[in-house]
Amino acid sequence: MATVPQPVRGAPRPTRPGLTLAQKRTLWAWGALAVPLLFFLVVRILPTLVALNMSFRQWDMLSPDKPWVGMANYQKLFKDPVFVRSLTNTFLYVVVGVPVQLILGLGVALLIQRVNRFAGLFRTLYFIPYITSAVAVAWVWRWMLQEHGGIFNELLHLVGIAPQKFLGSPTQALYSIVAAIVWQGLGFQMVIFLAGLEAIPTMFYEAAQLDGASPWQVFRHITLPLLNPTIVFSAIIGTIRYLQVFTEVLSMSNQGQGGPLNSTKTLVLFIYQEAFKSSKYGYAAAATVVLFLIILVLTVVQNKLITRKYEY
Amino acid sequence: MAKRVAAGIMAVAVMSGVLAGCGSKTTTPSGGSTNAGGKVTIEYWQYSYTSKTDLMKQLITEFQDKNPDITVKTADFPYEQYNEKVAAAVSAGKGPDVINLYYGWLPKYVDSGFLQPLPEDAFPPATIEKEFFPLVKAAKMDGKYYVLPTAVRTLALLYNKDLFKAAGIAEPPKTWDELVATSKALTKRDASGKLEQVGFYFNAGGQGHNWFREVLVRQTGGQPLSADNKQVLWNSPQGLQAFQWWVDLQKVHKVGEIGFMTDDVTAFKAGKAAMDVDGSFRLGNLLDAKFDFASAPLPLGPNGQPYTMASFWANGLTKKATGAQKDASVKFMKFLTQPDVMERWTKAIGELPARPEVAAKFKDDPKLKGFIDGLAYANATFFTDETKDRDAITNAVDSVLVGGKDYKTALDEGQKSAQALFDDYWTKRK
Repeated sequence: MATVPQPVRGAPRPTRPGLTLAQKRTLWAWGALAVPLLFFLVVRILPTLVALNMSFRQWDMLSPDKPWVGMANYQKLFKDPVFVRSLTNTFLYVVVGVPVQLILGLGVALLIQRVNRFAGLFRTLYFIPYITSAVAVAWVWRWMLQEHGGIFNELLHLVGIAPQKFLGSPTQALYSIVAAIVWQGLGFQMVIFLAGLEAIPTMFYEAAQLDGASPWQVFRHITLPLLNPTIVFSAIIGTIRYLQVFTEVLSMSNQGQGGPLNSTKTLVLFIYQEAFKSSKYGYAAAATVVLFLIILVLTVVQNKLITRKYEY
Repeated sequence: MAKRVAAGIMAVAVMSGVLAGCGSKTTTPSGGSTNAGGKVTIEYWQYSYTSKTDLMKQLITEFQDKNPDITVKTADFPYEQYNEKVAAAVSAGKGPDVINLYYGWLPKYVDSGFLQPLPEDAFPPATIEKEFFPLVKAAKMDGKYYVLPTAVRTLALLYNKDLFKAAGIAEPPKTWDELVATSKALTKRDASGKLEQVGFYFNAGGQGHNWFREVLVRQTGGQPLSADNKQVLWNSPQGLQAFQWWVDLQKVHKVGEIGFMTDDVTAFKAGKAAMDVDGSFRLGNLLDAKFDFASAPLPLGPNGQPYTMASFWANGLTKKATGAQKDASVKFMKFLTQPDVMERWTKAIGELPARPEVAAKFKDDPKLKGFIDGLAYANATFFTDETKDRDAITNAVDSVLVGGKDYKTALDEGQKSAQALFDDYWTKRK
């Protein structure tokens, strides 16, 4: 503070001692940043830490004491067949859902990019499901997937295929729910890919045309590589989305159980049931920590593995 | 410089913390307090259910008119958040003096030390047992009554009279065999085998699991739980017999299909299910049904004895109520369990009276008849974790229907996961 140069010319202005303009600016910036930072600390970081602490305790929510149990909740988790099933189910949702949504989203985006008339209309039509309530979508799909009188079985009947159980079958239910989620997320995926496609300079396509490249070669060697950042972004966002599937299962399985036979239960539904149905808060908190770690690791790994730089 | 900025941020943080503290102090209603003029304020909590909160508002006004020195403040919360709100209030040293809670939560509330037993001079156990239906014994823990209900619910057979008439069936089924025969007669499929109308809606996840555990098992001479509530016994040979009969409604007789029109409640209300086992709490949803329906006692099983399951929301005193607040709270609770209040409750809400003398007035109502009939012999199941107890049974059913397991293996596995819940509960309780 002592090194601050004193004003030389003219009368000393009545400023607060020791603050230059640059310092004032810095203070302003810090002050402005402090508000969202504080908000973030209180609303995001603090509850996360509280949850972490809770995961080492046994707590039924009502009892005044929350004894420290160390790793007991975590040990119990991995011995709990329902948790393990929820974990494998969650991976299935990701492994099936993300690629399907990416491929279909890219397909629709490529098609819409070629449409000259009514492109806006098509974009809107594909995007509408995304802005519809997930619960509404899930219930409509539940009705469509009914064994008796559901539209899918009516269609199968027309081509002579026996009615399927869909949501009532332990082997089909998960995929039926994935279908509903993909359908809803398709519009969002399409918009992301459209933006990515627009960002590819047309000169590459023109050059390829001159060289007589086939459409497949153009797609394989120009579109796909230059779309890579978009694909990485979509894969990460999609993975996080499918790791957190909840509403659809709650709405589409009988009584929101995640059945039949736990075949559709996800980690988040497991957490919800343990915390809010069984009042096992410490146990549920341990499961949220596991989910957090999975998301963290997958995101880092994906970032490292799929991100590649293409220079042309 | 940096230090100064840091100090500034700290100051803001402390300030906002103080502000937040003040805010929560002023917005949270501070429980009971005695005012200078000898007036007592007590707080009552219930869950948000419009017809109930409306009636409660009227009742409180009347209670305050009769007791001008007592003021009752109320708060209501959605069912899903109810326990959370209570927990938050407890940890802040606040909350209600009188609370409405589900009987199934009682073990948890008592163990956490949230409730105090009802004072025996105001509510003598002998009088309770004489004046209330026996099912209120579920409100007794370690020999003491902790809560008392204004209204209760039972299970019964709901049947669509229009569909019965159309099929030329005069009476609802009275036995297991009649139920199977009637259900078959009322099930309709088209030429391709597509289900168009369900004779009896089989839904284990709805009230089916309660019907099995509390009714069917007893009807074969079995017991759902040991007398000390520690052993799950519904996989006994008798339980297996009941389980097989129950699952066969769907597996062999095919009188319904899980998932038809999403669930039993929707299908029955749409007039597409002729019969369903459901609780009296459903009557409210069926007020605008476009067909005539009635309730009948649950069909009798092999041992010929009637059984049904009861459940209820009841009012209890919290630890917070002491001194003048406790006296006022006891008065308020006595008021809420009066016969005339019960009668009004039944008329306005459709829930059943907890006292036989009041219930007798409703026994000829065709919609209430089956439920009222059950009050005399209903049992309220002891639950340690109602949701998972349900899942244990629905998973056993699904294991047979879509999991390819035999009845015994499926039932034994179900019992194992249910037993784990009870073991967990009792070891924690020491």
